[in-house]
Amino acid sequence: MIAAISYSFLQEYWWAIISLLGALLVFLMFVQGGQSLLYTIGKTEIQRTMIVNTLGRKWEFTFTTLVTFGGAFFASFPLFYATSFGGAYWVWFAILFTFILQAVSYEFRTKPANFLGTKTFEVFLILNGFLASILIGTAVGTFFSGAQFSLNDYNQVTWQTSFGGLEAVLTFHNVALGLTVFGLSRVLALQYFLNTIDDAEIEARSKKHLLYNTIFFLVFFLSFAVILLVKDGFAYNAETGVVSMESFKYLHNLLQMPLVLIVFLAGVVGVLWGIFSDLFKKAGKGIWFTGAGTVLTVFALFLVAGYNNTCYYPSAFDLQSSLTIRNSSSSEFTLNAMSIVSLMVPFVIAYIWYAWKSINNKKIDKEEMESESHKY
Amino acid sequence: MFESIDLSLVDWSRAQFALTAMYHWLFVPLTLGTTFMIAMMETIYVKTGNPEWKKMTKFWMTLFGINFAIGVSTGIILEFEFGTNWSNYSWFVGDIFGAPLAIEGIMAFFLESTFIAVMFFGWNKVSPKFHLLSSWLVAIGANLSALWILVANGWMQSPVGTQFNPDTARNEMTSFWEVLFSPVAVNKFLHTITSGFVLSAIFVIGVSAWFLLKKRHVVLARKSILIAAIFGIVSSVALIVTGDGSAKQVYKVQPMKFAAMEGLYEGGNGIALKAFGILSTSKADPEYDKLKDFVFKFEIPKMLSILAANDPNAYVPGVKDLLEGNPEKGILPVAEKVERGKLALEKLTQFKEAKKSGDVDKATELRALLISDDFQANNFKYLGYGHVKDVSFLIPNIALTFYSFHIMVILGAFFLLLFVLAFWLLIKGKLEKQRWFLWIALFTIPLAYLASELGWVVAEVGRQPWIIQDLMTTHTAVSNISASSVKITFFLFALIFTSLLIAEIGIMLKQIKIGPKEEGGQKS
Repeated sequence: MIAAISYSFLQEYWWAIISLLGALLVFLMFVQGGQSLLYTIGKTEIQRTMIVNTLGRKWEFTFTTLVTFGGAFFASFPLFYATSFGGAYWVWFAILFTFILQAVSYEFRTKPANFLGTKTFEVFLILNGFLASILIGTAVGTFFSGAQFSLNDYNQVTWQTSFGGLEAVLTFHNVALGLTVFGLSRVLALQYFLNTIDDAEIEARSKKHLLYNTIFFLVFFLSFAVILLVKDGFAYNAETGVVSMESFKYLHNLLQMPLVLIVFLAGVVGVLWGIFSDLFKKAGKGIWFTGAGTVLTVFALFLVAGYNNTCYYPSAFDLQSSLTIRNSSSSEFTLNAMSIVSLMVPFVIAYIWYAWKSINNKKIDKEEMESESHKY
Repeated sequence: MFESIDLSLVDWSRAQFALTAMYHWLFVPLTLGTTFMIAMMETIYVKTGNPEWKKMTKFWMTLFGINFAIGVSTGIILEFEFGTNWSNYSWFVGDIFGAPLAIEGIMAFFLESTFIAVMFFGWNKVSPKFHLLSSWLVAIGANLSALWILVANGWMQSPVGTQFNPDTARNEMTSFWEVLFSPVAVNKFLHTITSGFVLSAIFVIGVSAWFLLKKRHVVLARKSILIAAIFGIVSSVALIVTGDGSAKQVYKVQPMKFAAMEGLYEGGNGIALKAFGILSTSKADPEYDKLKDFVFKFEIPKMLSILAANDPNAYVPGVKDLLEGNPEKGILPVAEKVERGKLALEKLTQFKEAKKSGDVDKATELRALLISDDFQANNFKYLGYGHVKDVSFLIPNIALTFYSFHIMVILGAFFLLLFVLAFWLLIKGKLEKQRWFLWIALFTIPLAYLASELGWVVAEVGRQPWIIQDLMTTHTAVSNISASSVKITFFLFALIFTSLLIAEIGIMLKQIKIGPKEEGGQKS
């Protein structure tokens, strides 16, 4: 075990891992964005087949990242797992339902004797494409606006509304984040199409819709960011653990953690440069800038939510029930043990990268779709 | 400590978890075994260059792919249901249970999902050796996924390497290696994956038998049966050995489940094994409604003692011994365990109150008591009993456990016989003429699924009412949500999973009917 590392460092380290997984998940939701654009970009059957196949070779990364995000959250901050999943029952099940539908749709869509029909599975993909990103974004919005729960002395949760978390949609800030994630997932998807599909019509259409979706994304991203910077935040006293509201808390966090601010700004610049590059320079490479920018921006936002004595899952009903990385984590022993396992993460990223490159070394085209033995 | 819980909420939450787990387990075993057989077939193809083996590899891969997708979709629900439906449990054990889930994601799921893409789409994009490596990595990843979740499940059956922390009111890990290498977890993992291997071998033999009956793809069918029969024989032997190991662990750490598996109400030395029996509806004991007489039973003298402890005169406790206690054998009566559990709860409550009221001296004194080795070993060990009001609550469903166990064991023995026969008939060149055998092989496929599901029924129903043996019952683990919410999601899941299952079976049958595709024009 890593004996010299303090408990507080381990809590911060694991919050950084959760933040990284969350950031990678948002980037990989280009798969959902792409599904939502199936009929917008794919006007013919072969075009839709190309779109489904280029996304279908990546859907499992998104899915696995979501599962790992959940598992890592459970392992490192089990009180969040117990509180949010056990309370915001309907929000999480709404998200999960769409993922059940997605998982089978790629494999089943074009298979003969599929009694639900190709169109049904396409509708499933579109449903997942719209709902997953909006709902996950809206749910994460409550990290900044608070949720309606209380905890007793034994850390057992009672949700204070009968809507099981769906009440989050009544807060504009949450919805703004949901729509930001949705818009960004579509921007990334269009850039992914430009990067991986060799079809002139799809390329022209993707470029056109990239502009529209960028505008949509920017409107909601700016709304979310501006509100975040001026709103009161949920702070806690590092000595006593007492929670209180602090004006401009999230702005203070960025200013008091300049490295996080730099990461955030670098991320935003990366996203914008990637879009600009695809729109006004040679199309196809923008996804790498926008993707990296997305990871950096979301990573910084998670750090703003959890670092600098901030409650990452605040209770708007009972401030003192709010979750912090200090009061909701696993024990020092467990965090320590898992930290050793986490050293495998760079190795995992390396082989994913290698396999990704091996599969994507050539753009998808009509000829490949006609000759491919395993086609979605 | 725990507020009173609506009973229907517990029942519906259990029903939902059982529904999801049983659907999930319809798809996972095939993944566990076919991936290895596919990798073996591809290895032969790469070694020999014979396109027939490539055709076989691709055919079984197609069936694996159809099955894999639906397994993934049911799996994600299971992971999140720990939080949504068992939130008290999630907090109580998150410190221990969460770690295997996280490691599973990092170590196994990414391995599987990354290389599955290469396996399906990389035939013309990567070198044959890299493709072969990917197929093996998918097989290893799939089985590693099973390892970590079964370690977590093993811990629930036998909570080792842990200590109760009064400050956080939960169990915390004290030894990662004790959790990972717990004999229950090791046996459970090996028994579960070998059961998946056996099911997969039966699936391959059954489908190939259908080809032989129809006189189609004869070469492919013969070669597939050869691989599957050998794989099946080895796996069946391992299944029997690990099954024996699992039963011995159940005898040691979950004696009530062991008694239920055997329908043993009164224990003793040199106990006979009930090879099979039929339960009646009349009570075997006026005190306990759940204990029913046997209408008929076929017993093998002393065999249960031998199986439990390798000793023909070993003592095996029955349900009544475990409830009422047996001082000679060191078995505490449940009433005593309840008192000990209640004391743990009482002291914990006093500690919480002292902390809340700022009474530092009292809180310090109580903490010292609560974390003492003696209190941990004699009171917190029985924490879950503190909520037990009626001792018969601790008797699981005997009939379901007994029948599930016995049918599973009988089918397991039958499967070994089937593999040996298939192998023998094949090498003697008589397989295609024995149509009766081919029909039996085909209709054994659903029996393999039945045996596999029954194994989980034994494991999970047999340990009720515990969600964590002796520490937490399902009634104290459930989320504080409305029963109606769980009812709605139960029916939604039932509808979705059933629709998808029908779609899956239809697609699978059609793909089998279409058969393997010729390799015309494609690069190898």
